[in-house]
Amino acid sequence: MTITNSTEISFECETGNYHTFCPISCVAWLYQKIEDSFFLVIGTKTCGYFLQNSMGVMIFSEPRYAMAELEEADISAQLKDYEELKRLCLKIKKDRNPSVIFWIGTCTTEIIKMDLEGMAPKLESEIDIPIVVARANGLDYAFTQGEDTVLAAIAQRCCEKITNLKENYNIFYSFINFGKKKINASVDEQKQVNHSPLILFGSLPEPIIRQLTLELKKQQIKISGWLPSKRYIELPILKEGGFVCSVHPYLSRTATVLIRKGKCKLINAPFPIGPDGTKAWIEKICSALDVTPIGLDEREKQIWESLEEYTQLIKGKTVFFMGDNLLETSLARFLIRCGMIVYEIGIPYMDKRFQAAELALLQKTCLETGVPIPTIVEKPDNHNQINRIMELRPDLVITGMAHANPLEARGINTKWSVEFIFEQIHGFVNAKNILKLITRPLLRNQKLKALGWQNF
Amino acid sequence: MKLAYWMYAGPAHIGTLRIVSSFKNVHAIMHAPLGDDYFNVMRSMLERERNFTPVTTSVVDRHVLARGSQDKIVNNINRKDKEETPDLIVLTPTCTSSILQEDLENFVERASMESTADVLLADVNHYRVNELEAADRTLEQIVRFYLEKAKKENQLCLEKTEKPSVNIIGITNLGFHHQHDCRELKKLFADLDIQINVIMPETAAVTDLKYLTRAWFNIIPYREIGLLTAQYLKKEYGMSYIDINPIGLIETVRFLTTIQKCLNQSINCIESKDLVLNNIQIFLKNTWFNNDYNKQICNPIGKKTIVFGSSTHAASLTKILTKEMGIHVLCSGTYCVYDKDWFFEQVLHFCNKILITEDHTKIGDFIAKSEPNAILGTQMERHLGKRLNIPCGVISAPVHIQNFPLSYKPFIGFEGIKHICDLIYNCFTFGISHSLLSIFEQKQINTTKINQINENIDLIWDIEAQNELKKIPGFVRGRIQRNIEILAREKNINLINVEVLYALKEIVADN
Ligand code: SF4
Repeated sequence: MTITNSTEISFECETGNYHTFCPISCVAWLYQKIEDSFFLVIGTKTCGYFLQNSMGVMIFSEPRYAMAELEEADISAQLKDYEELKRLCLKIKKDRNPSVIFWIGTCTTEIIKMDLEGMAPKLESEIDIPIVVARANGLDYAFTQGEDTVLAAIAQRCCEKITNLKENYNIFYSFINFGKKKINASVDEQKQVNHSPLILFGSLPEPIIRQLTLELKKQQIKISGWLPSKRYIELPILKEGGFVCSVHPYLSRTATVLIRKGKCKLINAPFPIGPDGTKAWIEKICSALDVTPIGLDEREKQIWESLEEYTQLIKGKTVFFMGDNLLETSLARFLIRCGMIVYEIGIPYMDKRFQAAELALLQKTCLETGVPIPTIVEKPDNHNQINRIMELRPDLVITGMAHANPLEARGINTKWSVEFIFEQIHGFVNAKNILKLITRPLLRNQKLKALGWQNF
Repeated sequence: MKLAYWMYAGPAHIGTLRIVSSFKNVHAIMHAPLGDDYFNVMRSMLERERNFTPVTTSVVDRHVLARGSQDKIVNNINRKDKEETPDLIVLTPTCTSSILQEDLENFVERASMESTADVLLADVNHYRVNELEAADRTLEQIVRFYLEKAKKENQLCLEKTEKPSVNIIGITNLGFHHQHDCRELKKLFADLDIQINVIMPETAAVTDLKYLTRAWFNIIPYREIGLLTAQYLKKEYGMSYIDINPIGLIETVRFLTTIQKCLNQSINCIESKDLVLNNIQIFLKNTWFNNDYNKQICNPIGKKTIVFGSSTHAASLTKILTKEMGIHVLCSGTYCVYDKDWFFEQVLHFCNKILITEDHTKIGDFIAKSEPNAILGTQMERHLGKRLNIPCGVISAPVHIQNFPLSYKPFIGFEGIKHICDLIYNCFTFGISHSLLSIFEQKQINTTKINQINENIDLIWDIEAQNELKKIPGFVRGRIQRNIEILAREKNINLINVEVLYALKEIVADN
């Protein structure tokens, strides 16, 4: 049973037989984010088919991504990998002229032990384009963790650059000033207090970056850079002893690289999802940087008031997270604060240290609102989960598309989990978007319910 | 290594999964890493499926990589056996298992000792076959397995049905309009008074397969899936099969007369002539291209088009366009490279050029160069057409959700002809109204002027002007934008704001 009355969060681990997207899907949002990049996924038709179908219409807009499709001769090592990759990368250079090529390693390159990390530096100097290797494969990772592997690889680059400022592609660093130029262009520098440099990590669309920058600016905090930046050539330079903070719950590897290699200090904060999360996130940053937060409580209150219309609808309703994208803890915590009851938080992978602050806030939220603390189920088993769902009959199941339609046909409301990845959900102002997503299926089905077509 | 942006046919395991999940009460277990079960998403989304897709994964992770699957696969098979009590479990290899080289055959053997379900290993190699070939093979493999089993158990029904009957082979889920085609076929056979023995794999149970041999003959409506099975049934059980794709009027009639011939050899019981004549009459009464009014506005005769798709649909459409509508097919092509001889033979006399390739840029280049009036292709061609302002009708997979219409839209049979006519007609009239509109909107700009224009000036549209441009209806926007840009260049203007936009618009209109 998933409901306990303990005041501690309980963790379970199941079989790991669940549906999720392959981590190479991160290409879909990262190539849009890093505007001068090119992503080369070195894999098979399976990987290509997945990307082609999951990217939808994006595939028709000449995306800056391609498959290096491995054929039988590549597998049996009849062809020289290095020569093959060189040929493809030269073609990419000629056709697209990117500032960086990302090599995304896949299951196949893992299994045949293709030495991408070894080949990249050699080829990089030969063709004169930075090549960054990220192994975002389905053997090791789930869905959003793909972004983690890519950002970790970029972070590694940032770290190397401190120690090893190579002439040819680093001249620009001397004048781009940590990449902050653009972001802080409108900021009145004088008003800001002097604090240690802060770099935020996690890929977010530009509007949210502007919003979060503004929220921190109100606290007189200056962001020295973002990882990833809008363009690869604007990557931030890490300062030893500087602070870093994540905006996503799935970036534990990147954090590790920043701490170990970059000698940065990680601000362990809840994630800026929901007004409660955003407030806690800002507070943590403030306290790390020795800044006294101002006006945060009013700001949060004001946002909650604007959400009334939605929170009224979901108060007391029950939710079940099947788990596939690692945003689950933060979303659950927010929804509990909204008055919902969460039965189960399925999650592909739980880094208890990286999510420590988030977990603490979850626990606190449950205690304060007086709802039972949900069990966190790592590596869930979808079959067992379906059984639990049929037994508990929650008001809403947050799940992947593979289960959504069948559950709906069984009279269970569902919300497609992937939408949380592509919708803007971070910061104060976007809390409404989350609730819109959550309430949409509830509202629709409320209307249909009168017709008595719920059970088939 | 091959640089690839787009593929027409999916990887092999997709084909196997399509067959397996089409049967009733059959479960597939993929030997694959986490994330390769995207098939479930597609099926659930595109087919708007109400049931859970009977596909699970025996996950390949680091652990498996280091130590092999060991008991994992066997346990997973036996677990599914207990949970779902399927009739058959098919272990499905993927690209990953292809190179791991585990003895999957052995796992299957071990698992089947304990399970109540039959267990099979799909005999497909990721690096050798694609989705369609894999589907064809898997279907044959399953049929062969159950007929041999029935034979061994003395349960095979070799006695033919009393009245003429048929097996329909090759209807699958995620097939292009398969559901609708299937319904149309059922109706056609009902009209002919021919019983339907087994439809498979969609809607069939594997326990039905032992009755396959009771049918008088088999039909395979699609070239890509079912042929191997039909050939096997012919070889082992002497069942004749008809592999005419009943798409288009002429081919449907040929399909019907062949059935008649086929049955009349054994017993003279069927007269399809009336049915055919009736339908043709109704059809001719309704069709648009015999209607004088339409003929004036949209006379497709001599219009140019390009056809691309799966071999079945591309070949059928090519024949319809040339033989039934007098449309000029500049190029007919397919991505079914493995079956090129057949395709070549089918369309040889009906088009100027035959293009057999899996590379979408080749088709794109040809379309851009030859500027057809319309394209009939897959989703990829539709988007190419969009970019080039050429209308496109989708006639073949790969497809999107809009190609799984809820309304009745078969491609096969008499109803299919109507649907195809609509499709083609809409394509061409769209192209025509498009150009009519742009003629009315703004008189053509003298093309000789274009040559003198300094192409080097970079034009910038400011936000307001862009918004203004967006208000112009989509189908003429491109052309208006182009004409304005031409004028702007001519006048050496390089920033287009709203004022400039209006000024130029007036000139364009006055011209
Ligand atoms: S799970 Fe592995 S093989 Fe499958 S798409 Fe992802 S990287 Fe490719």
